[in-house]
Amino acid sequence: MNELPQQLANGLILGAMYGLIAIGYTMVYGIVQLINFAHGEIFMVGGFGALTVWLWLPEGFALGAAVPLMILGGIVVSVAFATAAERFAYRPLRTAPRLAPLITAIGLSIVLQQVVWMWYPDAKKDRPFPQFEGGPFDVFGANIQRGDLFVLIAAPLCMVALGFFVTKTRSGRGMQATAQDPDTAKLMGVNTDRIIVMAFAIGAAFAAIAAVAYGLKNGQVGFRMGFLMGLKAFTAAVLGGIGNIYGAMLGGIVLGVAESLATGYIGDIPGMELFGGGAWKDVWAFALLILVLLFRPQGLLGERVADRA
Amino acid sequence: MRQRSIIAFTAALAAGSLTLTACGSRDDDSDSSSGDKTTVVIGVDAPLTGDLSALGLGIKNSADLAAKTANEEEYVDGVEFKIEPLDDQAQPSVGQQNAQKFISNDEVLGVVGPLNSSVSQQMQKPFADAGLTQVSPANTGTELTQGDGWKTGDSVRQFDTFFRTATTDEIQGAFAADYLYNQAKIKKVYLIDDQKTYGAGLAASFETNFTKLGGEIVGNDHINPDDRDFNAVVAKIKDTGAEALYYGGEYPAAAPLSQQLKDSGQNIPLMGGDGIYSGEYPKLNKKAEGDLATSVGEPVEELDSAQTFIKDYEAAGYEDAYEAYGGLTYDATWSIIEAVKLAVEGNDGQLPDDGRKAVLDAMADVKFDGVTGTISFDEFGDTTNHTMTAYKVKDNAWAAEFSGEPKL
Repeated sequence: MNELPQQLANGLILGAMYGLIAIGYTMVYGIVQLINFAHGEIFMVGGFGALTVWLWLPEGFALGAAVPLMILGGIVVSVAFATAAERFAYRPLRTAPRLAPLITAIGLSIVLQQVVWMWYPDAKKDRPFPQFEGGPFDVFGANIQRGDLFVLIAAPLCMVALGFFVTKTRSGRGMQATAQDPDTAKLMGVNTDRIIVMAFAIGAAFAAIAAVAYGLKNGQVGFRMGFLMGLKAFTAAVLGGIGNIYGAMLGGIVLGVAESLATGYIGDIPGMELFGGGAWKDVWAFALLILVLLFRPQGLLGERVADRA
Repeated sequence: MRQRSIIAFTAALAAGSLTLTACGSRDDDSDSSSGDKTTVVIGVDAPLTGDLSALGLGIKNSADLAAKTANEEEYVDGVEFKIEPLDDQAQPSVGQQNAQKFISNDEVLGVVGPLNSSVSQQMQKPFADAGLTQVSPANTGTELTQGDGWKTGDSVRQFDTFFRTATTDEIQGAFAADYLYNQAKIKKVYLIDDQKTYGAGLAASFETNFTKLGGEIVGNDHINPDDRDFNAVVAKIKDTGAEALYYGGEYPAAAPLSQQLKDSGQNIPLMGGDGIYSGEYPKLNKKAEGDLATSVGEPVEELDSAQTFIKDYEAAGYEDAYEAYGGLTYDATWSIIEAVKLAVEGNDGQLPDDGRKAVLDAMADVKFDGVTGTISFDEFGDTTNHTMTAYKVKDNAWAAEFSGEPKL
């Protein structure tokens, strides 16, 4: 059991990344009840946006100084794609039956993958992403890589900023109002179209930050990276209670830790040797999801932003 | 109406991107200035889209290069070779549809591909029924040629029409085990595979051969090849005392797996098969130094024919690299060209009426010096070239360590 701190740290880092992406699912769902399956690809293009900035910078540019620029580049690309998707693919379908935008989202996801595959230079295979030099830090017996520090700092900062934005600013309150009742909000003078675009944009910005974290951690970005991460993040959003921003982060962390512990320990339980390890971790993560939904159908933290009857 | 227009727009976009892809592949076709020559089409089936497309495009281009070379040299009198590439998207069902397309085109006398063993399983039967020769440059599943009985020594040829220039898992696993145990003196290995036909087969073969030699498998695990975070898995290796990690799978997952292994403070090498022997591997993995891979044939630098291939490939100006299976694809395509030549020569310089049968009959007699060594096929359709080479990452590039044939 002496690797427990390591496994917890692994789960926490992975989970924080899931959580950042899950914010995008949960905000969009909370406001327009759309499961934006193209969000995983918004995450992916963010990674390529950040990589592009890095490739533009002169050789030998310090990575530490480049990271803020890369985040900015990733956010610009992600937000551009997400708002364009909202404007041209989802808005015309807003009054359509719910399945129509859902299928559109799946289609969009495939289109985005192929667009990057075809037009981004050399993106037919995974592209290397810069990583910090130097060894890991030892924290309570767990190795924390330098690249992982980024997500551990970025995730709480993002959550605090988002919490502040949603509760304290005028736009944030408009967002809550739109989530509760879009028609009434419109009557009260809230520009709901703008609010919806904003929800997409914030989700995309968070996904871009997660993409930079992904690149720094794994040393590569690829056009398919959004699929699995998007699916896991969506699961995290449901686990935490879709529509709830804190739930998304909590769900992500619970999911990440569950995966990591399942990989590490299920196989050690007598009689369970066959059901442990990396192959079964997703099974256990989804078993956990089903268990949670059985007892709390609204997810861990319920539906706080969008409590629509 | 508005909704409809958007759907139409999305559909048009999707259709547009597909058409563009198709255009891209058509551009590479050889000039159809055939004149009074007989056209022989060689079908190519590989994943040209999706995450294995880098390997698939390398296969397509290398086959194209072989056909162009044969045309330029006028290697077979009166015959003009043409390549018809189809995309199988790495999916068995699509592969089977492609097989039917090839069969229905009378000009197709041989097919090169596919990349994936699982796709091949679906294509073998239709080709066998049609008597159409298939040569895979990449399928390593031993049962494809020898049936499930190969483990117990009851190898039975499955399909008379299936050949391959790739080696089998059995040979590769045996060579890796032999190298690790006898050359690198490593006795304890942790085993991981990616649960795919290739990875699991290779890992199983390695395990059998390694334990036979007296080595110990101190633990094993399986991963999802789409994952890039393996920290939870590598944390488990620490306490097992493993001196190396053997991975059955491909480089996209192997690179982060190896890096995370070393990041976790364990300085042991990762070893894999030809699936990780790619120039991309050391690029994606900043701590690849000392990692090992096996690949078929002698090292490229030591074969003149391979040098020519690399030079010609660069001269042809293909957009995508030839990748891991380029040489084997060239040889696979050339084996069909050679069979056509034998068929034509055996029929007074004319292509026989039943071209497919003639080509298939000639396959057993095919023997030539290819990119990867001397190419010919044994009674199962497997390559007789059993030479393997172990490579080690040195200064961020693969360097040949040791060549030989495994003791089976």
